[in-house]
Amino acid sequence: MAKSLSAQKRGEVILSIVFSLISLIWVLPVILVLINSFKLNTYVKTDTFALPLNEMSAGFSNFIKGMTYGNYPFLKSAGYSLMITLFSTALILVCTSMAAWYITRVDSRFCKLVYLLCVFSMVVPFQMVMFTLSKTADTLHLNTPWTIPVIYLGFGAGLAIFMFVGFVKSVPIGMEEAAALDGCGPVRTFFSIVLPVLKPTLISVGILEIMWVWNDYLLPYLVLDRTRFMTIPIHIQYLKGSYGAVDLGATMALILMSIIPVIVFYLACQKHIIKGVAAGAIKG
Amino acid sequence: MEKTVKKKSNRHMVVNSSLILKPMKQWAWLFMGPTVLAFAIGFVYPFIRGFMLSFTKFRTTSDAKFLGFGNMFGNYISAFKDPSFLHAFWYTALFTIVSVVLINVLAFAVAYALTQGMKGSNLFRTVFFMPNLIGGIVLGYIWSMIFDGILTSMNTSIMLESRYGFWGLIILMCWQQIGYMMIIYIAGLQAIPNDIMEAAKIDGASKWQTLWKVTIPNVMSSITICMFLTLSNGFKLFDQNLALTAGQPFVFKEDGSVVKTTEMLALNIYNTFYGQNTAARGIAQAKAVLFFILVAALGLIQLSYTRKREVQQ
Repeated sequence: MAKSLSAQKRGEVILSIVFSLISLIWVLPVILVLINSFKLNTYVKTDTFALPLNEMSAGFSNFIKGMTYGNYPFLKSAGYSLMITLFSTALILVCTSMAAWYITRVDSRFCKLVYLLCVFSMVVPFQMVMFTLSKTADTLHLNTPWTIPVIYLGFGAGLAIFMFVGFVKSVPIGMEEAAALDGCGPVRTFFSIVLPVLKPTLISVGILEIMWVWNDYLLPYLVLDRTRFMTIPIHIQYLKGSYGAVDLGATMALILMSIIPVIVFYLACQKHIIKGVAAGAIKG
Repeated sequence: MEKTVKKKSNRHMVVNSSLILKPMKQWAWLFMGPTVLAFAIGFVYPFIRGFMLSFTKFRTTSDAKFLGFGNMFGNYISAFKDPSFLHAFWYTALFTIVSVVLINVLAFAVAYALTQGMKGSNLFRTVFFMPNLIGGIVLGYIWSMIFDGILTSMNTSIMLESRYGFWGLIILMCWQQIGYMMIIYIAGLQAIPNDIMEAAKIDGASKWQTLWKVTIPNVMSSITICMFLTLSNGFKLFDQNLALTAGQPFVFKEDGSVVKTTEMLALNIYNTFYGQNTAARGIAQAKAVLFFILVAALGLIQLSYTRKREVQQ
């Protein structure tokens, strides 16, 4: 018995070591971005895996160049990315949770139709609507960072409504009825009674929307007025897509600056993120 | 206690007392208005218009001309005759099959190992999931730097040989998606009741037998979810494809057509829309409709499959 226990323990230790090594390989790409962002451009391609020492070192010059690389200030594209992500997520959370509550409680024929269309929209790939959507956005002047959240609400409503309706169905109606009897109107009932109960789903949907909007490339690329507004993915694609020699060092500095906030955000709320992803996957 | 609450909630999910229903309906414009309006602008109208445009010839949405009833499906016929589209379809299908198998086998193996009570499994889980936070475009450029770092020493590049482009994209997608699927598999594995596992142990089942006869049948729902998620992710892949190879290397055919050897379906549709030949936009929209039907069919099969399973359980 004692022998088998120690054998089991040895197995666990070996497994731990193996996984530590795999984990190292897993973070290696990010470490390579870090290393190469301090390397002179000419060495990035030839000595990708070397440390940026001696003649290879670029100091912080890549970061200084990166701030304005591509004739567009990085802080501006980062700012637009942040703004679009926050506004779109907030708009989606407020509007779709309200709609989902109404759909579940009133359940009229119109509600059923909207819900059915929302579920349907979840299986439609973006390529199906991209051309007409970008034209529509242009016509309605929804092509700025301040108005693009409307497009995100429209195209992202499907999953959000689906997840909220799934949750509202399991919320007992008693409290809402009691509130109505006490003279509480629907708007107040929703914001002071229903919304707090929805908190776990709000977090799950919020996480999924943040991850989607922040990383989205094609929708803002087609919808936004490209000469004036860029987001981080558009900015990075623009660097590589433009003609002429690409400064890989500066590109890596830009990439590093764009993934550091994401990794900080992840480490700060990884519990919610992992839970949100699991919930979204199981529902979707 | 909990059970009675649940029963009650199911019966009273819908408001039937007019005391509440009437004031709620008065506020319909506030609750439904913004979402319905945005949904109409962002989805319903572009979808219907896009579907209609696939039967027309157009450069921009306002100059669309119907192809005529005799040639109604002209764009669809042209799409099927386009060698680059057919190539993209088979390339995407092959890519998807390989990535579905690899990602699911590896993600399940990792999830299984991490649920054996190993030290540091929380840390490993955090690390494996991390790539999902990084967007496809950025991922593509990180990996193109790495692959070119390796291939430069062999005097080649990921842009020069299509097999490098293929396996490069597979490695990239494994790196990104194993962590995501692992999360779903871990949730499934943790939901297996302990007494089943104990019963298997008491009956003298070996670890291998337990895995095949007890564990896997009990996480079938997670396996289904992950299979279909990876399947639709594979078919819809765009950002990573664009950033890693953008379809390179190209093969120029004798008849003047170009086949982009590592171009997947979504990128092919995009290139047809926004390529130099703006007269081909009707064909691009027809390709997009075909693409939608393909992806939607996969989604519907998934839905009916999971529904069936829910009934069985």
